[in-house]
Amino acid sequence: MTASVPPSDLEDRRTWMGVLARARPERLADLLPADSDTGAVILRQPEIGTVMVQGRIGASGGPFNLGEMTVTRCSLRLENGAVGHAHVQGRSKDHARRAALVDALMQTDRAAQLRRDVLEPLMRDESGRRRARAEKAAATKVEFFTLVRGEDSR
Amino acid sequence: MTPQLTAETLGGGFDDAPIQSSRAFRAALDAMARPGRIHDIGGATPPVPLSVAAGTLLLTLADGTTPVHLAGDADCDALRGWITFHTGAPLVAAEAAVFAVGRWAALAPLGRFAIGTPDYPDRAATLIVEMPALEAEGSVLTGPGIRTQARLTLPDPEAFRANHALFPLGFDAFLTCGNRVAGLPRSTRVEDI
Repeated sequence: MTASVPPSDLEDRRTWMGVLARARPERLADLLPADSDTGAVILRQPEIGTVMVQGRIGASGGPFNLGEMTVTRCSLRLENGAVGHAHVQGRSKDHARRAALVDALMQTDRAAQLRRDVLEPLMRDESGRRRARAEKAAATKVEFFTLVRGEDSR
Repeated sequence: MTPQLTAETLGGGFDDAPIQSSRAFRAALDAMARPGRIHDIGGATPPVPLSVAAGTLLLTLADGTTPVHLAGDADCDALRGWITFHTGAPLVAAEAAVFAVGRWAALAPLGRFAIGTPDYPDRAATLIVEMPALEAEGSVLTGPGIRTQARLTLPDPEAFRANHALFPLGFDAFLTCGNRVAGLPRSTRVEDI
């Protein structure tokens, strides 16, 4: 999949593709105005489909099918030959196109600027969402106190 | 082996997949329903050596559930990458193939391809034969879908006669050249001249 990216950047690319895939479509649209879409040739039009999400559970670690989720994918190529791919959550075609565009631009000299203006805000949003959810869940936590049993007391 | 992701490999798909694949599917359907009649088909531009017609047929008919066999000079990295990127079809040996693409000489021996079973005659391979020329002349065809008779340039009439003798088993074939396609299902008789 990633012949055009040196192996050292593989982990990095996986990270930013993941961030883009989980981002809120409207937030990405705010961060990346539509006018930067120009010049890219679409290799694969945004298309909606489903993927089976597999999970692992139990000590033996065997995979099981958790369920299907809706994804949208898109591939495009910039004028300089960089190819961007995206598989994003949900059915927003704009989201997929923008995510592919960011993936392609991250392989060019605009990477630092995009990382600052797009990826880092998205990552902050995501960790914020995670924290809010965790806090909400933590607020409902119930502490169970066991009664002191005979053998524990002196 | 990871095929190189070049412009050649990634480009050349449908620009407007819903419309173009529907048109191509209609052309493929008509070609099979009217054996020997030549139809125009297009939309995809596959890497060399594949013709437009054969590439469009593959994009329209192949997907992740239909193993494809590339025969002879069609079995090149550019084409492997192109089919994988655009269709997701697994590339397999001739015996396991649902679709096989190549020149006639490269597809031989034809005994390798699935011809279905008496219970499931549909589990047969479809050959996409790349032809140097495709004209409505040469061998005489009769059978279902042909009012009186049709004429078509066949690579080897004897092979298609033998295939028809297996009916209801046997493979089906598309003959392609440039952006033209003709169907030759197993139900078509190739007359002795």
